[in-house]
Amino acid sequence: MNAFRLLRKYISMLFQSAMEYRASFWLTAAGHFIVTFTSCISVLLMFERFGQLEGWTMWEVLLCTGAVQTAFTLAECFGRGFDTFRQLVRTGGLDTLLLRPRNIFLQIFGWRMDFTRIGRFLQGCFVMVLAVSHLPSLWFPAKLGVLALMVLSGAAIFTGVFILGATLCFWTVEGLEVVNILTYGGQEISKYPFDIYKKPYLVFFTGIIPYACSFYWPLLWLTGRSGSAWCILAPVLGLLFLIPACCIFKLGVRHYTSTGS
Amino acid sequence: MSGISKTFRVVQRGQGLRGAAGALFHREYREIRALRNVSFDVPDGALVGMIGPNGAGKSTCVKVMAGILVPSSGTCEIMGYVPWRDRARYVGHLGVVFGQRTQLWWDVPVRDSFELLRDIYRVPEDRHRRKRERYTDLLDLGDLLDRPLRQLSLGQRMRCELAASLLHEPKILFLDEPTIGLDAVSKQAVRTFIREINRDDGVTVILTTHDTADLEALADRILLLGHGQLLYDGTLEGLRARYDTDRTLTVRFTGNAGDVTPPGCTLISSGEGMLVYRIASDTVPLAIAQLAGALSLTDVRVEEKPVDEVIATLYRDLRIQ
Repeated sequence: MNAFRLLRKYISMLFQSAMEYRASFWLTAAGHFIVTFTSCISVLLMFERFGQLEGWTMWEVLLCTGAVQTAFTLAECFGRGFDTFRQLVRTGGLDTLLLRPRNIFLQIFGWRMDFTRIGRFLQGCFVMVLAVSHLPSLWFPAKLGVLALMVLSGAAIFTGVFILGATLCFWTVEGLEVVNILTYGGQEISKYPFDIYKKPYLVFFTGIIPYACSFYWPLLWLTGRSGSAWCILAPVLGLLFLIPACCIFKLGVRHYTSTGS
Repeated sequence: MSGISKTFRVVQRGQGLRGAAGALFHREYREIRALRNVSFDVPDGALVGMIGPNGAGKSTCVKVMAGILVPSSGTCEIMGYVPWRDRARYVGHLGVVFGQRTQLWWDVPVRDSFELLRDIYRVPEDRHRRKRERYTDLLDLGDLLDRPLRQLSLGQRMRCELAASLLHEPKILFLDEPTIGLDAVSKQAVRTFIREINRDDGVTVILTTHDTADLEALADRILLLGHGQLLYDGTLEGLRARYDTDRTLTVRFTGNAGDVTPPGCTLISSGEGMLVYRIASDTVPLAIAQLAGALSLTDVRVEEKPVDEVIATLYRDLRIQ
């Protein structure tokens, strides 16, 4: 059975598990849906006060916010196994996974997912749809395609950061706040266009943790600020980030098998 | 498996807040030698029991053999693979049960967990069904399969766990304390099953346990580990012959006893028509012959120490407790 079908099987079983606690599931999902509005409210308040941000209109920024939100939620849902990887190491579950002749990444993805994030996902989509409906210049299939690409690419990069965070578990059980800075912090920073920050931020989030490749650069193209093809390619290039992330994780696994801790 | 050693480095921490703060800047390592030059050889189809007090290195040993721990030195070859080097290709031939964890899913019916394992190990459906039916039969899983794991008792869970670990027809089965926490009936079922799959399917079984009854019921061969060293390798009888030579001899008789103490016997108690001696195992026949000559015996009982006690004495004598 190929990897893709196995992943589908994992997803259906995880969903089945989640449905064993139906009430809890829907309440948590609804909670996520409501709470996430605060994230947009902060953007709205900003525009209430200033009218515009470095030349960006409210709907343009909300489009970015929605895309970041949706991407992050996808990563939190499907990358949950890496987000909570510490438990897997501590309970010895990782040993069980290593004893199976299957790709370790596939198994960690399949170990845990959090479908209650559907609440946030819908909220993110809702904001994006609202923003698009106020931006007629986006009503072309190509532009909407790039928007979808932004979300997928962003989700992959957030997942990559979760993988890097998980790798830390092999060496330390403390000091995981650093990871939160990069995930939650990254999400918070990327929801505005990088024009409002100082230059080094853009460099860091393009070259090191490439959130800007997923969101900022293609947004320039979407809103007609740049015609460069690089802006459309950026989300794809950002995916390269996953290669070192996975390699480092593999190193972590090797360290684990030589120390057993 | 030969000359396997494993040394862990553990951070040594001072006590209290001061120690914790110190550990942030300066780390001292203490070396723990979990395995010291352990060598043994297990033939195909064997059933081997590993015993030893907590921390003796049993789990480390199993982890090395399962390929999820790289030893500091030594070599190991199982079925032509070096476990830790060829892990990806090798682990498909293994079944592993850790008594304290589960590989089944908590909230879905056991049957679905089995199906997931089928897909993970790429077992064709017809073979999977055949195996599942066989184990359902042997372990009496019948109506358990359609219930989620969380609704099962510990014993039922372990039976499902055993079936799960064998669905992909592994050649080798590692069992880490398979009977821990089970009631008498479940233990019995688990033991019978392990016997059967070893005998009928030719699965090589290596189990660790603290329950000496497991060893009596199952193991053809025992490996005793202490402080990371292999201290004994042989049968349970051999272990007894070496470390437990005392027997208790109880005789009942009619009439008068007088003072009969055959050579090599120590009288430990006496009662109305009854005498109890401690005696070395090799002098038992001689003593009984003498007693039979001197008294009109009605009953003779020779007892050996319970295995538990033998093992406990052994741990004490070897100073590995």
